Amino acid sequence: MNQLRTFLTITSAAALLAAAATVGAQTYPTGTDPRDALASGRLDAGVAAKGLTLVSFSNKPAQFDTARGLTFANSDLAFGGNYVYQGNFAGFTIWDVSDAAHPKVVSVVKCTTSQGDPSVYGTLLFISAEGNGNRNDCGNGGVQKPEDHMAGVRIFDVSNPALPRFVTNVQTCKGSHTHTIVPHPKKKNVIYLYVSGSQQARPNTELAGCVNGNDPADEANSLFRLDVIRVPLDHPERSEVVTGARIFTGLDAAPRAAGRPARGGPPPAAGAAPQAPPAPTGPRNCHDVTVYPERHLLAGACGSYGLLVDIRNPEKPFRLSAVSDTNFSLWHTAVFSNDGKKVVFTDEWGGGTSPMCQKSSMLEMGGNTTVTISDDKKFTQHAYFKIPSAQTAQENCVSHNGGLIPVPGRDLMAQGWYQGGVNVIDFTDADHPYEVGYFDRGSIDPSPLRADVPVTPAPAAPPAGGRARGTIGGSWGAYYFNGYIYSSEIDRGFDVMELKPTDQLSANEIAAAKLVRFVNYNPQSQPRLEWPAAFPVVRSYLDQLVRGQGLAAARTTAIDQALTAAERLSGSERRRALTALAAEVEKDVAGAKDAARVRTMASEIRRLAAASR
Amino acid sequence: MAFHMTQRISLAPARRIAVAFFCAVLALGCTPRAARSPAASPEAAPAAHDMSTMSGAHTGHTMTGLDAPVTIPPGALYVEADVRFMQGMIAHHAQAIYMSRLASEHGANPRLQRFAIKIDQSQTTEIQQMQGWLRANGQMAPDTSSYHTVMMPGMLTPEQIAQLDKATGPDFDRAFLVLMIQHHEGALKMVEDLFATPRAGQDVDVSVFANDVVSVQTAEIGLMRQMLSSLPQSRP
Repeated sequence: MNQLRTFLTITSAAALLAAAATVGAQTYPTGTDPRDALASGRLDAGVAAKGLTLVSFSNKPAQFDTARGLTFANSDLAFGGNYVYQGNFAGFTIWDVSDAAHPKVVSVVKCTTSQGDPSVYGTLLFISAEGNGNRNDCGNGGVQKPEDHMAGVRIFDVSNPALPRFVTNVQTCKGSHTHTIVPHPKKKNVIYLYVSGSQQARPNTELAGCVNGNDPADEANSLFRLDVIRVPLDHPERSEVVTGARIFTGLDAAPRAAGRPARGGPPPAAGAAPQAPPAPTGPRNCHDVTVYPERHLLAGACGSYGLLVDIRNPEKPFRLSAVSDTNFSLWHTAVFSNDGKKVVFTDEWGGGTSPMCQKSSMLEMGGNTTVTISDDKKFTQHAYFKIPSAQTAQENCVSHNGGLIPVPGRDLMAQGWYQGGVNVIDFTDADHPYEVGYFDRGSIDPSPLRADVPVTPAPAAPPAGGRARGTIGGSWGAYYFNGYIYSSEIDRGFDVMELKPTDQLSANEIAAAKLVRFVNYNPQSQPRLEWPAAFPVVRSYLDQLVRGQGLAAARTTAIDQALTAAERLSGSERRRALTALAAEVEKDVAGAKDAARVRTMASEIRRLAAASR
Repeated sequence: MAFHMTQRISLAPARRIAVAFFCAVLALGCTPRAARSPAASPEAAPAAHDMSTMSGAHTGHTMTGLDAPVTIPPGALYVEADVRFMQGMIAHHAQAIYMSRLASEHGANPRLQRFAIKIDQSQTTEIQQMQGWLRANGQMAPDTSSYHTVMMPGMLTPEQIAQLDKATGPDFDRAFLVLMIQHHEGALKMVEDLFATPRAGQDVDVSVFANDVVSVQTAEIGLMRQMLSSLPQSRP
């Protein structure tokens, strides 16, 4: 059905081994992808696009427009009303996107905060801080005294986006690489932040109560726990760490890799055979967690594992299922399908700063995998997906952040792949994810990096005529929000894109997506998508039935005509026409190849009839 | 931070080292006993002049430079420990790459072979990053041959290298996993030492890189222990 798609289905250990043996034989990437040979350039790179067009590109604000490693790297995005909040390792930018073709900088806040992952809730902005160089006072001169060190979550009041006001720093033992908002199930004035920090616990002398330990079950141990901050919205300055959820305990005791049953430990030493020293093997933290509050579920991307966690009580989350796979380097982030029955996990092989999408790069690494959730809440791993283009050695590239695109009847997501660009993926069929569209620029840097260097000391200054190290850039994350796809370009700035109809995505599907609107959107805290009763929604299903030949062509043509006729009517006439059409379509279910979709379309027609008055 | 300089480690007869290392650095699919011409190598080394200097590096001279004093420019957020960490980790990674490239010719199981390629590809690009950071900051950037002369935590001794090189099939799988776990745990120790050094790890690139090392290698240790636990029993 789609030549670009590629995948391996791995539902058993045998299949995994078979796959591992045959991956190398695949002719992939194809070598003919339009993204393969784009001209390089920071602001004048060549572009290849399909199904996505650039609505606007905005340069980085001058305060951050300096290429110096990751010091001024843009990071993730959060959305609230007409504003997009863009994190940066040196602060954050608030964009007014009321006119998507001309985003305006509302404010730039300088505040050294690696890596600056933002979330927004009401009038509060939360920013993740991790690493040794962040200061309580936001200054950029490095931490001079341990008590000045900030690692955790910064809170700002953005009720006036033009003048963000600092509220407080919430310190955590492992800092905050990322964080995820979890609303309190009942209390409207309380939210939680699930904090994932990847660094070692800070010294006890710097922050009291922090302990590094090897025992995952030790309640005093700051590692092996998901830190939970409680934020009273009326008094955000009183936010504090309330617990550490031990969602990793036991993972090292029962290793399971890609369906392989757990077996006994290594046999005793035979002669000179070296022995591995005892150490916990399970993850001690997540990289990122995504919650789906309506389903009370959390998908954790946690080192060597993907986890499914129950969050019915946000202060007492517990693990439901876990999946591991030697073909995944670092479980990085997760996206739920809208029905909560699938999760796309990403693998950040190479940490995001390495070029892992080259022709020679391993196909099963650094992409996505689709996992299904059974009724009894257990994971089953299905296919892999990786962008099918062959990126260059100058382009840091790996699977990164994304979120759902609200097209009814399909599981679609937008995703950033660093300098691999932005793409749109259909994962409706967990075994057959495929690419629907993309937008990609050539590399930022013009020339290949030197692979190795002489042993002699390097010159005191970077060589003239070029950057001494590869520029880290590309899309940190790409997210659909209220009609547009926004992408945070790490080095270049801020992109706004729009979906365009192709044979893989119709104008009706795009129109239906635009009907879904949110006030706040934090991609790692997934809202449920709901569509109003509308013609584009019905027609999305119809287009999908035509594309997939899920219903006889004579019938889809007749339904199309009936819908067109009904749309010209109004009030009770329209209602009668649609009710009659729904009855006809319900009769089509029995003989249809894609009966479920026909049934859903019939019910959407009825819903539209009911709304016509 | 511990930074041990040692005598040149004799991994094997000199000729063998030269050829094996040449392959290890230049070509993914090349076996250690059959070097191919740089022009035929798709991997890792796009610039010809680097290869020529590298071929000079492995033909026998003792590496110098890592014991040279480090000068920190005024206003820099990094300290000497950061520079030493990046320099030492290059050697550390280079040995992991050498170990990984033994897997195919030593009859490792297919799953382990893929895993070894993964370590190879991951750490090759990380070496480029470390070298890039060092060069961008005007610091001496060691090349991959430095693993012959620099000993960092977790790195294999000559005896352990010999032990790994002698093993084949399931014995290789076991030796590889055990020794690579040791090697990875050494990398974690290096990061721990780095972050325990006052004022170190504040440069954002070093901080992000060091944390990535922890995340990735901790995950890989877990996977290797899983693989170790599913190996067939050793022959008596």
